[in-house]
Amino acid sequence: MNTPTHSLIIMLVVLLILTITSITCMILKKKNPARDYAELRLKIQSWWVMILVLFLVLLLNRGFFIALSAFISFLALKEFFSIVPLRPTDRRVIFLAYLAIPFQYYWIYSAWYGMFVVFIPIYMFLFLPMRMVFTGETKGFIRAAGIIQWALMLTVFCISHIPYLLMLPVKNDAAGAIGLVLYLLFMTQLNDVSQYIWGKSLGNNKILPLISPDKTWEGFIGGVGTVIICSTFIAPFLTPLSYIEGALAGGLIAVAGFIGDIVVSAVKRDLHIKDSGTLIPGQGGILDQFDSLTFAAPLFFHFLYYLVY
Amino acid sequence: MDRILKILFFALLVKPVILIGLGLNIRGRANLPKHGPAVIAANHNSHLDTMVLMSMYPLSRIHMIRPVAAADYFFRNKYLKWLSLNIIGIIPLDRSGKTSREALFTDCHLALDKGQTLLIFPEGSRGKPEELSKLRKGLFYLIKDRKDTQVTPVVMHGLGRALPKGEALFVPFNCDVIIGKALKPEGNSTEFIETIRKRYNEMLNLCLTRSSESEK
Repeated sequence: MNTPTHSLIIMLVVLLILTITSITCMILKKKNPARDYAELRLKIQSWWVMILVLFLVLLLNRGFFIALSAFISFLALKEFFSIVPLRPTDRRVIFLAYLAIPFQYYWIYSAWYGMFVVFIPIYMFLFLPMRMVFTGETKGFIRAAGIIQWALMLTVFCISHIPYLLMLPVKNDAAGAIGLVLYLLFMTQLNDVSQYIWGKSLGNNKILPLISPDKTWEGFIGGVGTVIICSTFIAPFLTPLSYIEGALAGGLIAVAGFIGDIVVSAVKRDLHIKDSGTLIPGQGGILDQFDSLTFAAPLFFHFLYYLVY
Repeated sequence: MDRILKILFFALLVKPVILIGLGLNIRGRANLPKHGPAVIAANHNSHLDTMVLMSMYPLSRIHMIRPVAAADYFFRNKYLKWLSLNIIGIIPLDRSGKTSREALFTDCHLALDKGQTLLIFPEGSRGKPEELSKLRKGLFYLIKDRKDTQVTPVVMHGLGRALPKGEALFVPFNCDVIIGKALKPEGNSTEFIETIRKRYNEMLNLCLTRSSESEK
């Protein structure tokens, strides 16, 4: 196996950015000792932990990354089931929904593409309502079936597209299989951060005031623009995509990431909660962290699959 | 020896089950008393309550956390009695009413004098799932004369979903743990209990896992 030099360089760049952020935070704290930077410090600490775990697992081997993704799906699904209204009668159905996780990630590990794409949208979709019928409770049936399947799609099916990137044949030797994962994660995160920064500095016109009052047109356009510029230049470095395909991929990731973010916001607003959990110090729950990726990952995957494979 | 068994029990069984199988949404973690003497007054819905509270402490301090539990229930048979006393480290409380009020809390005071933290469930028993039962006044009499001890109210929610009474299948669900600011006993027992009840109800509003109830 070739050493994925390009991927290692990107990892170093990410670590460098994080180091600069940490130092900036420390300087800020020195300059205004009166202000409380505890929240920001927690956030940066969480970032260090997440990035280091991710890089370590990516460098170990793909089996570990598949296992890590399965674990993240489990945490996200658990978080989702914990905040939505569910009927006590469906406990066993919910247990079976959790069991979909090892199966789905086993299909990925064995690179069974056909099963990977149909297992949750078809087999689980048909199996769970059947099991629900056996309990005999019809009150609230449609809603329960909808919620459980929706949760599986969002937290297991969508997220499982990230590790499948590692199973695709390597077409860019200098980046290796992990180049695709880094590209997707880096662009999605860049989108979240740059939309936030553009919105904070220029934001004026609210884009969806009823769902997410912080989101503005300026932030959205600035974020999408930033991502497209970066994704264009990074694409040939990390992926088999050309410059133009990279621009399209970046646009797709940025728009999808934005939509994933507001869809999860709408879910939380419906339930009158601000965060889906408290698992990640300073950043809320795992769903809050992966909201953009739930939409960006499958769309990027199938865009790439259509163009290259 | 018991200390080692206790650490192993919490490190290998309780902490993994609570933190991964279950998952906690903790609010107000900084309010958790780090050192005794202190009293944690929590609501009670499930046997998991005690385990959740103890699992929030590091293994090196777990032996300082002492749940106050009903003697009649936990001394039913000798295995449970051994586990409760040696591994969990409960302080047995006589609920029969035969012991005088002064003698009732002797062990609790001894533990507080040693700088330990007591876990007390003022509801007295688990009661109906996810419903606050009547609070008992014993808590007030325990600490009213202790200047060194404060009461930290804790509300837990959602544990009943993971393992309801009479169900054998454990289904993973996150649950909420809300830790309030410590209180000093003031006024008479009725006022103090009322203050705690108010705090419980305020804290319950911060829970993330209550959507299933608002539907009923």
